[in-house]
Amino acid sequence: MSLLVAENLGIAFGGVKAVDGVSFCAEAGQVLSIIGPNGAGKTTLFNLVSGVYKAREGRIVLNGRDVTGLPPHRLAALGLSRSFQNLQVFTRMTARENVMVGRHLRERRSVIADLLRLPSSERQNRATRAAADDLLRFVRLDGAADTPAGALPYGALKRLEIARALASEPKVLLLDEPAAGCNAVETEEIDRLIREVADQGVAVVLVEHDMKLVMKISDRILVLDRGRPLAEGPPQEVRRNPAVIEAYLGPGHAREAAHA
Amino acid sequence: MRSFSSSRLATLLILAAAIAALPLIFPSGYYFRVAALVWISALAAIGLNVLMGQAGQVSLGHAGFFGIGAYAVAIGPTHLGIPPWASLLLGAVLAGGLAYLVGRPVLRLRGHYLAIATLGLGVLVSIVLTNESRWTGGPDGMPVPRLILFGWRVSGAETWYWVTGGALLVGTWIALNLTDTPTGRALRALHDSEVAARVAGVDVARYKLAAFVIAAVYASLAGSLLALMNGFITPDQAGFLHSVEFVTMVVVGGLGSVAGAIVGAVVLVTLPQLLTAFQDYQHLMLGLLIMLFMIFLREGIVPSLRALWRLRAAGAAA
Repeated sequence: MSLLVAENLGIAFGGVKAVDGVSFCAEAGQVLSIIGPNGAGKTTLFNLVSGVYKAREGRIVLNGRDVTGLPPHRLAALGLSRSFQNLQVFTRMTARENVMVGRHLRERRSVIADLLRLPSSERQNRATRAAADDLLRFVRLDGAADTPAGALPYGALKRLEIARALASEPKVLLLDEPAAGCNAVETEEIDRLIREVADQGVAVVLVEHDMKLVMKISDRILVLDRGRPLAEGPPQEVRRNPAVIEAYLGPGHAREAAHA
Repeated sequence: MRSFSSSRLATLLILAAAIAALPLIFPSGYYFRVAALVWISALAAIGLNVLMGQAGQVSLGHAGFFGIGAYAVAIGPTHLGIPPWASLLLGAVLAGGLAYLVGRPVLRLRGHYLAIATLGLGVLVSIVLTNESRWTGGPDGMPVPRLILFGWRVSGAETWYWVTGGALLVGTWIALNLTDTPTGRALRALHDSEVAARVAGVDVARYKLAAFVIAAVYASLAGSLLALMNGFITPDQAGFLHSVEFVTMVVVGGLGSVAGAIVGAVVLVTLPQLLTAFQDYQHLMLGLLIMLFMIFLREGIVPSLRALWRLRAAGAAA
């Protein structure tokens, strides 16, 4: 059974269908990449699946349960986590605190206990801190734990978002352009992270423009164009698909590319 | 995060030392009274800082909750036969309950819209207190019966200095507790990025509401203490200007800093007393000074000075 199933998702903004009839399945331990030209609806699709937008059409099933229309924090509790294309870090908090927020759902949450700082909340804080430090080590940010996130370089923030997303121990992880703006070394680091996360049995859904990374890491690829699905399949199949080549390079290039 | 817990302890110790030592240099009873006013305002400002500084949500109607607490200890004993200490608790429950009911719909609003909605709430409370003169004495206000605890009649500026100082210490301890807990982190997270907080599993509406209720309870307790100390209460205490004063304390002292809220209260309560020398120009000077504070210490007094201190320490080390 697929961990995440999206069926016929659709949403329109002011009469323009940003996402229209898109379906996909994400499997445990596999990487599904969603690619397409700018404006194809990739980020909108992520916002639909993570509950930031409400789908007008279609259905989302997470771990066998219909979760269509649930708000993000409920989806998070059911095992869905994501990162953002335009970074959404908590800039005034330290790197460690950012990841600790990601542990929120794994903590016992009582406002009263927190106000009185009972010994139990002190213990829990220590456990949360240790878990956050482990994740910072995993994304190689352990040296920056006490640095305010606002003072970290771009590439580090991309990894910090991944650490925070992993902190809730998700079953499904959506990564929105994790390698955008990263140099070759940083991209390789992201590549390693994604592979390791998938190997732990997480279903990874990836939106990415770096084709080298996508072709290397993906088990399956879904191609979107103007909000609609254009092709789906394993990387080798998708890269030869004439419709995909045309969408990326424009009409007339398909034959050329096929010969190349 | 040893550095954080130690700064938490430092704030508490410095405050306790200040409360204990100040009477040694006070030349007259008048100073006890002003200082008690500072502690009371600081208590309200600390609560408001949880909402404004940590959660990043504004309330321009906070004096409304202050007024509820103040009138609770006036109306409870006078009209309903409830003892003052129980009225104080009842006021806190009422203020918290009102914040809970109103907060649900109102905290969906953001920025300016939230500011206007909370302003409306404050104005509403102050109009009710002014117009229900059969219960509240109307615009002229009403006397507040003395607080009697276990047969001890609490009165006198010096006594109230210690009572309010103790209340401030407890309030500060609780507010400092919050920062480094799941609740405190959730509040600070939704301040920086609501969407990221939601995706991380934070029930944003619930935590905003919690911050609003906490702030309302602090304000109500502060209002009760003021009314009990003064022995008299007028609707001005619940008015718009008083709300603005609380917001100014939090912003001038430094948003997000518990120590800042206390320093802001010190500045806003003592400056007018110091500026009486300027007579007719007193308010002009006060306004001017606040503008200068904001221009030169734009992060607020405490965070700006802390940053300066760090810079100098780094310079000395290099």
